[in-house]
Amino acid sequence: MLETIASALVGLLAGWHLAYMMVGVLVGLVIGILPGLGGIAGMAILLPFIYGMDPVSALGMLIGMVAVVPTGDTFTSILMGIPGSTASQATILDGFPMAKRGEAARALSAAFLSSMIGGVIGALVLTVFVVVARPVILAFSSAELFMLTVLGLSMVGVLSGSSLLKGLLSCALGLLLGVIGAAPATGEWRLTLGLDYLSDGLPIVVVGLGIFALPEIIDLLRQNRAIAAAMALGRGWREGVRDTWRNIGLVLRCSGIGCLIGALPGLGGSVVDWVAYGHVVQTSRDRSQFGKGDVRGVIAPESANNAVQGGALIPTLLFGIPGSGSMAIFLGGMVLLGLQPGITMIETRLDLTYTIIWSLAIANILGAGLCVLVSRHVARLTTIPYVYLAPFMVMIVLFAAYQATRDWGDILALMALGVLGIYMRRFGWPRPPLLIGFVLAPGAETYLYQAIQFYEWTWLWRPGVLIIAACTVLSVWAGMRMGRSGIDEGGESADIVHRRWPQVAFAALLAGVFAYALFRALGWSFLGQVFPLGIALPALAGTLGVLALLLSSRDHAVVFDTERMIHVGQKTMEYYLAWLVALLAASALVGFVLGLALFFVAFLAVEARTGTRRIATLTLSAVAFLALMSWVFVLDFPRGVLQEMVRMPWPMN
Amino acid sequence: MRGSSAIRLFAAAACITLMAGQAVRAADFSGKTIEWVIPFSVGGGSDVWARFFAPLLGEQLPGRPTVVVKNVPGGGSITGANQFQSRARPDGLTILGTSGSTQFPYLLDDSRVKYQYKDWSTVLASPTGGVVYVSPELGVKSAAELPRLKGKGMKYGSQGATSLDLVPLLAFELLELDVKPVFGMKGRGDGRLAFERGEAAIDYQTSSAYLRNVVPLVKAGKAVPLFSWGVLDDKGEFVRDPTFPDLPHFIEAYEMAYGRKPSGIAFEAFKAFNTAGFAVQKGVFLPKGTAPDIVDAYAKAFAAVVTAPGFKEKAGDEIGEYHQATGAAAQKMLDVALAIDGEAKGWVKKWLTEKHGVKFE
Repeated sequence: MLETIASALVGLLAGWHLAYMMVGVLVGLVIGILPGLGGIAGMAILLPFIYGMDPVSALGMLIGMVAVVPTGDTFTSILMGIPGSTASQATILDGFPMAKRGEAARALSAAFLSSMIGGVIGALVLTVFVVVARPVILAFSSAELFMLTVLGLSMVGVLSGSSLLKGLLSCALGLLLGVIGAAPATGEWRLTLGLDYLSDGLPIVVVGLGIFALPEIIDLLRQNRAIAAAMALGRGWREGVRDTWRNIGLVLRCSGIGCLIGALPGLGGSVVDWVAYGHVVQTSRDRSQFGKGDVRGVIAPESANNAVQGGALIPTLLFGIPGSGSMAIFLGGMVLLGLQPGITMIETRLDLTYTIIWSLAIANILGAGLCVLVSRHVARLTTIPYVYLAPFMVMIVLFAAYQATRDWGDILALMALGVLGIYMRRFGWPRPPLLIGFVLAPGAETYLYQAIQFYEWTWLWRPGVLIIAACTVLSVWAGMRMGRSGIDEGGESADIVHRRWPQVAFAALLAGVFAYALFRALGWSFLGQVFPLGIALPALAGTLGVLALLLSSRDHAVVFDTERMIHVGQKTMEYYLAWLVALLAASALVGFVLGLALFFVAFLAVEARTGTRRIATLTLSAVAFLALMSWVFVLDFPRGVLQEMVRMPWPMN
Repeated sequence: MRGSSAIRLFAAAACITLMAGQAVRAADFSGKTIEWVIPFSVGGGSDVWARFFAPLLGEQLPGRPTVVVKNVPGGGSITGANQFQSRARPDGLTILGTSGSTQFPYLLDDSRVKYQYKDWSTVLASPTGGVVYVSPELGVKSAAELPRLKGKGMKYGSQGATSLDLVPLLAFELLELDVKPVFGMKGRGDGRLAFERGEAAIDYQTSSAYLRNVVPLVKAGKAVPLFSWGVLDDKGEFVRDPTFPDLPHFIEAYEMAYGRKPSGIAFEAFKAFNTAGFAVQKGVFLPKGTAPDIVDAYAKAFAAVVTAPGFKEKAGDEIGEYHQATGAAAQKMLDVALAIDGEAKGWVKKWLTEKHGVKFE
């Protein structure tokens, strides 16, 4: 075996193989930096070139791309406060406050180093376990997977900030959003509002961008300055390295968590950053700085999200079953190369298996190194006045959302979720629990149903279930140990609030949503309604409780409104929301490309008050970007009334 | 007068030349880009299949155009097919690739379906096969012993009653097996894992997955193959799957078990869905109103692709083991799939509702 491992490395280093891997790494970094685009988009770019390539180069290129997406996406998450991909959502919580404080360099170097270590550990785990992991994976049945989703949901406790009740309700809302679409047991459509778009459920990219990115863009616009208050990067490269070294135990633990979650088919990698983040908060003595820029909050998710791919390759190679979204596409790539994912990869093509593992390790090191090299330049973005950056951010976020299913529905859903995110932020409803609930909802429902079908109630006594249940209890206990001092998104505690009706109205609206779900669920078959009823019923009760507190109490933790003190000269959130609505209206009329161009011109003229030449340059570069994307991804942008009536030339068609 | 008539003559001549030129050029795609719409996401089975064919097709079409795959996912492939129906122009520059998951909602009159297979011209039909296997603990060695399984409750990991799994569920019904599907599996791979864990006692895999992941189980005595789905020959009759010449196909298996051929309305339904799901597992279509010479150019190009030397080796066992039907043969297969009559269709829907709780609007 050792000989095979060594010869795989030699083969990879010979000839042009490394160059192809480098191409993959570069694509992966760019894809990672662009918000919302993940490994799936990267595979879409690379797949057409794979056909007919020699397997070593092609595998190196594909793995090189997949490996570094969670390295590159760190830039966007830390510097812009927008998830660079679904794997880096949790990095924002502490990474972005650090960047605002002028500690971007420290956050980035800690993130890149932990990413690299996580990725290499993932490769190491793969090396050892790929040969023996078969029985381990078979031991995780639907019952164990269900318990793992419960363990994931138990993280909500520490991610709820000052009000646990609001955190749980936010999670319930996420679970209900995850219910949208076809029911796993019966196939009936639930909460689709009669829209074809919703019959597949909401795409996670759209939810992540809507909940986190749009509110952040609007908030930064209102503050009307550059992102970084202080120097662009600041010093602190060494400090970030020292931070990582000091927390090496944490890096190792989170890498392990990442590998395990990746290795279990069906859990998906998109939850791993949150699990790692919850883990670090739970196990830390001093939690006062989480959510405000604690470097450990960057190290934990970043070491976990690179380790995922090593874990995810185990079921991919052993069973031909993808361990994560990008692995599903990697499987497609292998088939194009004429390789058979499955046990034969271990029995007869062990050499290629080790090529894959080496590629993973080397790409992680290359990717982190490249990121360090370019970060000085990328970080300059944070010094640009946000009013110039904002239209580009809006464009990229809309484009990324549209990539999800290439439907107008993506854009409308993004807007709706963005509005939800804006008001959740304003009224102190923590957003991470919503995302956790959303990601885990399908698994929780499906695996519970399957466990009962396969084992009836004896599943509760399976040893694996008992072990994970014990971990869950431990996790909740660790979360409670320190009382309610977990991360707090909003920052300040509640004090005198004059106008309370806005948050009362928001809570009432949420109660309405839960009541609606409850009402609709009554009409579904038993297997289709049991799970949503189980969520909506307590959630409705809880929301009514929040309403009662809002109306009666003066200083309870649920009372929260960031708008209670309006700064002089600051425009309202609704003002900027209106800009976005105008952009959508224009797109509905003349199509996305022309609509966006109009938006650029108007926004820059009114908000930035800049000259004609600069407006023209910025607008043209935006249209050029869209044209490039249209060509690379072979896609048409959302069409408007104009396109339905007249045939327009590319890229405006 | 003289001048204007000369102009008129010239104009008429120019028109005729232009029209003639167009007729000649109609099936010439020099310098053009052809969009191959795939109503699924990147990396899935249909996407990989199209990306394999795309460059080969480009080489064989007149004028050697560039063929790009355009993914329009959503609604389990209904969104993309609807968009093709409403937007594609009959100029041969937009083609559609569909799979069983596009055919089934059409056959079941899903309310979201706005596309019409009968409007389109079929130029390629890519078949695949599948094998049903059971756990050795059931004590059955071959299809002949199937009656012994009567009344034995067996679980089956399924993706959903209206997915491609409709074919095995109908087969189990015809064979009078007591199979209880457990839904919510994300793919056939998940179903296989449930089988390997001992949760499910019966399962099927498509040919390539069977070869690479179940054959080792069979060799280790952990799975017993019973029958394949069979393939359609040129006359539209089911024959043994060339990939599994030693295994009986479904109709043979039924005969081995019950001593007569299957018949009746349930069998008619099974035939239609088996064809739509496996014989025409994937198909390539041109939109309504496409000129015959363009359709012909595509049929010829695909025929050239699949008969080119080395095609089978290049395609691997994912595609290569099966006879790729092109042109008229492909159209004929599609016709078998779409031939299901109203009565059989009604029976399937009623059965789906009563047995599996599927609601139809």
